Amino acid sequence: MSDEVRGYRKPFWNTQPDYIFEPYASTVLRGPTQTPIAMPSTLSEVTGPRFSRDILGEAEDDMTVGNGGAPQGERIIVSGRVLDENGRPVRNTLVEVWQANAAGRYLHQRDQHDAPLDPHFSGEGRVMTDEHGRYRFKTIKPGAYPWRNHYNAWRPAHIHFSVFGDAMAQRLVTQMYFPGDPMLDVDPIFRATADEAARMRLVSSLDWENCVSEYALAYRFDVVLRGRLETPWEQ
Amino acid sequence: MSFQQTASQTVGPYFIIGFQNGVHTDNAGDQAGAVTIHGRVFDGKGTPVTDGVLEFWQADANGHYADASDAGFLRVPLDADGNFTLRTVKPGRVAGPNGTLQAPHLVVNVFMRGLLKHAPTRVYFDDEAANGEDPILALVPVTRRATLIAKPSTDGSYVWDLHMQGADETVFFSY
Repeated sequence: MSDEVRGYRKPFWNTQPDYIFEPYASTVLRGPTQTPIAMPSTLSEVTGPRFSRDILGEAEDDMTVGNGGAPQGERIIVSGRVLDENGRPVRNTLVEVWQANAAGRYLHQRDQHDAPLDPHFSGEGRVMTDEHGRYRFKTIKPGAYPWRNHYNAWRPAHIHFSVFGDAMAQRLVTQMYFPGDPMLDVDPIFRATADEAARMRLVSSLDWENCVSEYALAYRFDVVLRGRLETPWEQ
Repeated sequence: MSFQQTASQTVGPYFIIGFQNGVHTDNAGDQAGAVTIHGRVFDGKGTPVTDGVLEFWQADANGHYADASDAGFLRVPLDADGNFTLRTVKPGRVAGPNGTLQAPHLVVNVFMRGLLKHAPTRVYFDDEAANGEDPILALVPVTRRATLIAKPSTDGSYVWDLHMQGADETVFFSY
């Protein structure tokens, strides 16, 4: 029928975290306990906001400028592609990133970690993917920081990513990690995804091609959003 | 690379650093028929959630979704008491499966520290007769439908509270 709507692929077994994961203590009272009600995608779920490039201010893709001086820390370039599960580039979609500074401190009132704020680093960035789904931004490598989840709990260094895609059904918020970080193995948020291969896809890789000699190392991080089903959802 | 969806990770407590430029709580502007929806979000102990954010997506008053803009999108952070307030126009009815029409609703994604992946839900309006024939509400057990319905209050605004857990746990969807 003409009003049938093609939905999106469901996640492969164990490749997405469950709502409740006890080692990450905050999930215990906040994760829904009832099984989500399965519903067909309708027009409401397969549409979504499209943001104009015009919303981006100057140099939102460069967290190392714009705050009155150079931030402390190791300058890095992060780039990659946003694709869907069918391998198609997700074009002209908004990617929002945020992170701690090099000392592991967020510019946020509630972050009381005793590490210095950096007057030259706000930790916020926005980019749009191009016609090939590519994005790129410049920042400094974030530090690890302590949290109160358990004794001696430290988050591995990470950059938060928020990606919209073309539909509400594709919305994704995730975190990018760095290769070789010893804290990954003991981080409940990282380990909440049971499938090891899915987990390791959250770890960026050193991006030799995009390193700039005598200027900055580069890391590559690709993001995959849900892909559209080929046939309408069957009831 | 693999073509499986990237694993979701929590927005954490400091998401506003990345989300602040996209905060948008008023879709109505000076349009006629503006409605206000407000409410609170509670955890499993009934404690207000103060570090979360709701994102909404809706059709316009004629039941049309924007196909090339962000008109119809709202991003509303929870305040220090767990409250949110938004202004919008009530959406028109949009097509549902199998030739049905859906009742006016907004699609909602809930994000917060402690949610490893966002929780998708919907909000409907209590004073809409069309709720009785909505194909998605019909999938929800009768006893839980009220969790998806904003109720008019005496000042003309709508109230919609969310409970992440407990006897009144809000209905969340997968699609």
